Amino acid sequence: MTDPLSAIVEQALADIDSSAGLAALDEVRVRLLGKKGLLTEQLKSVGSLSAAERPAAGQRINDAKTCLQQALEMHRIRLEQAALEKELAKGTIDVTLPGRGQEPGSVHPVTRTRLRIESILKQAGFQVASGPEVEDDFHNFEALNIPQNHPARAMHDTFYFPDGRLLRTHTSPVQIRAMRAQPPPLAVIAPGRVYRIDSDMTHTPMFHQVEGMVVGENVSFANLKAMLHTFVERFFERPLGMRLRPSYFPFTEPSAECDIECVFCDGRGCRVCKHTGWLEILGCGMIHPNVLQAAGIDSEAWQGYAFGMGIDRLAMLRYGVDDLRLFFENDLQFLKQFP
Amino acid sequence: MKVSYSWLKEYVALATPAELAKQLTLAGLEVESVTAVAPPFSGVVVGEVLESGRHPDAEKLSLCQVSTDGVNRLQIICGASNVRAGLRVAVATVGAQLPGGVTIKRAKLRGLESNGMLCSARELGLGDEHEGIMELPDSLPLNQDLRVALDLDDVTLEVNATPNRGDCMSVFGIARDHAAAQERRYLRAQVAAVAARDTATFSVTLDAPQACPVFASRVIRGVKVGAASPAWLRERLRRVGINSISPIVDVTNYVMMDLGQPMHAYDLGRLNAAIHVRQARAEERITLLDDKEYVLDAGHLVIADASGPIGVAGIMGGRGTAITDATRDVLLEAAHFAPAAIAGRARAMGLFTDAAQRFERGVDPSLPPLAIERATALLLAIVGGEPGPVQVTRAPAAGATQAQGWVSLRSARLAKLLGVSVPDQDVHGVLSAVSDRVEATPGGWRLQQPPHRFDIRIEEDLIEEVARLRGFDSIAESHAVAPQVAGESPESQVSNERLLLAMADRGYREVITYSFVDPAIQQQLFPDTTSLRLANPISAELSDMRVSLWVGLLQACRENLRRQQARVRLFEIGKKFQLTGPQQDGHLLEVESLAGIATGTRWPEQWGGAREPLDFYDVKEDVLDALALTGDVAAVRFEAETLSCLRPGRSARIYRGATAIGWLGELHPQVAKAINLPHTAFLFELEIDVAFRSKPSKYNKISKFPSVRRDLAIVVDESVPLAVLQENVTVSASGLLSELRVFDVYRGPGIETGRKSVALGLILQDSSRTLADVDADAVVTAVVARLRDKLSATIRDQ
Repeated sequence: MTDPLSAIVEQALADIDSSAGLAALDEVRVRLLGKKGLLTEQLKSVGSLSAAERPAAGQRINDAKTCLQQALEMHRIRLEQAALEKELAKGTIDVTLPGRGQEPGSVHPVTRTRLRIESILKQAGFQVASGPEVEDDFHNFEALNIPQNHPARAMHDTFYFPDGRLLRTHTSPVQIRAMRAQPPPLAVIAPGRVYRIDSDMTHTPMFHQVEGMVVGENVSFANLKAMLHTFVERFFERPLGMRLRPSYFPFTEPSAECDIECVFCDGRGCRVCKHTGWLEILGCGMIHPNVLQAAGIDSEAWQGYAFGMGIDRLAMLRYGVDDLRLFFENDLQFLKQFP
Repeated sequence: MKVSYSWLKEYVALATPAELAKQLTLAGLEVESVTAVAPPFSGVVVGEVLESGRHPDAEKLSLCQVSTDGVNRLQIICGASNVRAGLRVAVATVGAQLPGGVTIKRAKLRGLESNGMLCSARELGLGDEHEGIMELPDSLPLNQDLRVALDLDDVTLEVNATPNRGDCMSVFGIARDHAAAQERRYLRAQVAAVAARDTATFSVTLDAPQACPVFASRVIRGVKVGAASPAWLRERLRRVGINSISPIVDVTNYVMMDLGQPMHAYDLGRLNAAIHVRQARAEERITLLDDKEYVLDAGHLVIADASGPIGVAGIMGGRGTAITDATRDVLLEAAHFAPAAIAGRARAMGLFTDAAQRFERGVDPSLPPLAIERATALLLAIVGGEPGPVQVTRAPAAGATQAQGWVSLRSARLAKLLGVSVPDQDVHGVLSAVSDRVEATPGGWRLQQPPHRFDIRIEEDLIEEVARLRGFDSIAESHAVAPQVAGESPESQVSNERLLLAMADRGYREVITYSFVDPAIQQQLFPDTTSLRLANPISAELSDMRVSLWVGLLQACRENLRRQQARVRLFEIGKKFQLTGPQQDGHLLEVESLAGIATGTRWPEQWGGAREPLDFYDVKEDVLDALALTGDVAAVRFEAETLSCLRPGRSARIYRGATAIGWLGELHPQVAKAINLPHTAFLFELEIDVAFRSKPSKYNKISKFPSVRRDLAIVVDESVPLAVLQENVTVSASGLLSELRVFDVYRGPGIETGRKSVALGLILQDSSRTLADVDADAVVTAVVARLRDKLSATIRDQ
């Protein structure tokens, strides 16, 4: 003979498992555990048993109740989870569709290069200075030891205004202004636009330079070499051979051109470096005493170095741009390549 | 300048061409290229034409018997008209490899066998001459490889001497510097004198002693006309890039390339009376060797005879006294012209001559007599003649310019400037190779300026010589010990770097446009503004300094639209150039500005959204967000004002407090049409200095109490701007208004014509208590009352 309680539990567990929804499950719960539920009825019937039978019977019924409550709860969670999953599945989207909103803009590669140069040199203690782009003959030439008719003027094809003012041909005039504004020691860089009458693959009538200058009591050529070598390695983010080669600028003595190992062929020789393995990147030297004196600095007590580099040229080398004019055509297809 | 390796080797020992190029470059004489003087070929030897006769079956061909060793006889067919018996020729033997991949084979020409080829200069890549075969000097030994016979394994080095190194504008000059750099040897020019065989001289007077202190001259009578320059001379000149013209001109050019002294030769028979070297008189005219007439002024130094100028000193000779085929007697000139007298003059005349290039950099004043002697020896060998004595005319007052000063070098100064210590004997060795007069002094040295060095004047010049000739590689890198001074990071101005990022993050791409712009476009935009105009622009389209960044931005925008871009958002940071007076002597302001242009749709083309055109308010938000970086956006106002290039009713001047800081507006449709911009565009420009002044933020205590929102739809006249509504709401909200939002502007059914409904969201909050409904209601009542009284406003739907 089957124990009625066991039969109830067995049937109840089957009913719970087959409940397809929360409402059906609740019906099962009421049928079992409600005021007139099967188990509640069983519990009531305990009263009719003898005192000796009661505790064991009560215990059995309570165990059955606990078992069924757990089964009900577990099934409820299962049903809710399934319902949630079903609901969420309805909201599935195509994650490969593009996003919406504004397109990104960008900073010009020449500006980006300028900011990197500034950042590298500011960390070395240089202050950033600026000067006018419409200059006078004194600051652009005379004070830089380039008198009228000096052959070096031929290297600077200058834009003039009718009144004799001119568009600065280099950022070097800022040297004079900076030295006059602030007594030594000083370390200054001056980035900006410069202008020369020239136009081809590697020349545009406007381009960008950064002038750098350090004046102190013992600032030496050896210091200049060390500064530049560290600079180019930081700029190109790699170890890089560098050499200084004697050259001529009226405002420095000694003067040098700075060459770096070609970044395209690692110095082995290629079309870009004209098979020399070297790329000329900037001019530099020890500030000429005449220039210090023109800026009101005693050239016996103070000495210093100066350098001037083409920002556009560095940007070309860094990003592999082979035509300088691209920087000023402002074609979005070009600009978009520099995020 | 170009220099031949073989020529240079006559003066100084040389490493291989590649190594030499490196050595010269590292000593400051940059070698730009190293080029073989002849392309590779082989199997070509010196031969002699024994017999030459007509080919029986071809009128233009010759049948020749040629010997390459004096014994053998080769039958060779030749098409050149100058082939003749007895001629020394370049014979490409069977199997020879010629430039261009040609291999010489035994061949039959019109039935007759040809066992090789007689070569023209062009066939061997030695020049453009192809009118006939090469005529070799009789002195060349038969059967010698032509490459050896003509020294064709030579190379030409293109040396770029810096403008301060006039002394390196000659083969000897480069050799001298090289000897100093590699051997620490002071090289001296050695020139043998040629004895006079005639007494003739020509009168020379120096009337401008500063400009021309020395003038050496020599008469050579009875030269042979019609003689040709010998092959060696023509070939040497070719290798340094000079065309052969005539023996006398070739010799003067040769001496210039060899020693660095420019020379001139006059037809003595065409000279009138005596030579004077003097400043030109105003309006004097001369026709130079280039057949052009030049009008001179007092700034020009001329060589003149009784009839007037016969040459512009140091630049070019005159046509009237030039050597011709009829010249019998010659006057040679080798003079010293001071750099100051020549510098810039040739350029001003539109000329670029070898002589001017050298004189303006400085030519050794001791060279003229040596150059005359060298030229005489060469000329006598080629054109003969009877030389007179060398006459050296010196200006009486030229002493000062001639004196060679002394320059001192302190050992301590050398070490301090270079940052390395150089052993004394090294310094002495270098200095002794630079000048032949060097003396030790207490703590250093002194050196007499060598006459050829115009760039050694001060101590630093000697320091450079020491560094340069020892090599910059000899100076070890060492980092400076810098004073530790704290830097700056100002908050008084929004940095340009921050602005760049702000604009880029709002979808604008930075451009860089030229500071000079097309005046036609600039005038379209700013008809009433005077701009600074270049005297020598690169083109008419780039001749005016921009008065606004909009000119370049509009052009960049237009070009991108032309390149099929539909949506363009660009910005630039740069200076505009504003004249505050007339162009002459006007005060100029360089105003750094941030400007932008936007055209096309509000958003990039994307799914799930309408394609709406961009409008004023989109760009206004971009501008305001940038201005918000100042922390003081509340002080920014947009006033309805207009510029002629902006569309009336859709442009605003931007103020911060009382200061005008910029403009925002839609491009005027007429201007857009005039400059061919197919779409409308919105433009803004802010003057960075005044627009982006900033100060550190001041913290305001955050209210712990909740805010209350009340929405109102206010109907007012169209003419009432939001700014006025806002002002009135703020006043009547008695300090409880923490924010005012505009969430709708409506015109249409339900609203009278000429009126609009503006939906406002009032966010109310108190810092000391929670606002009750009754408080909020009181504010609303006050606001409504004030708007009704002041602005005849009504509340919608009431």
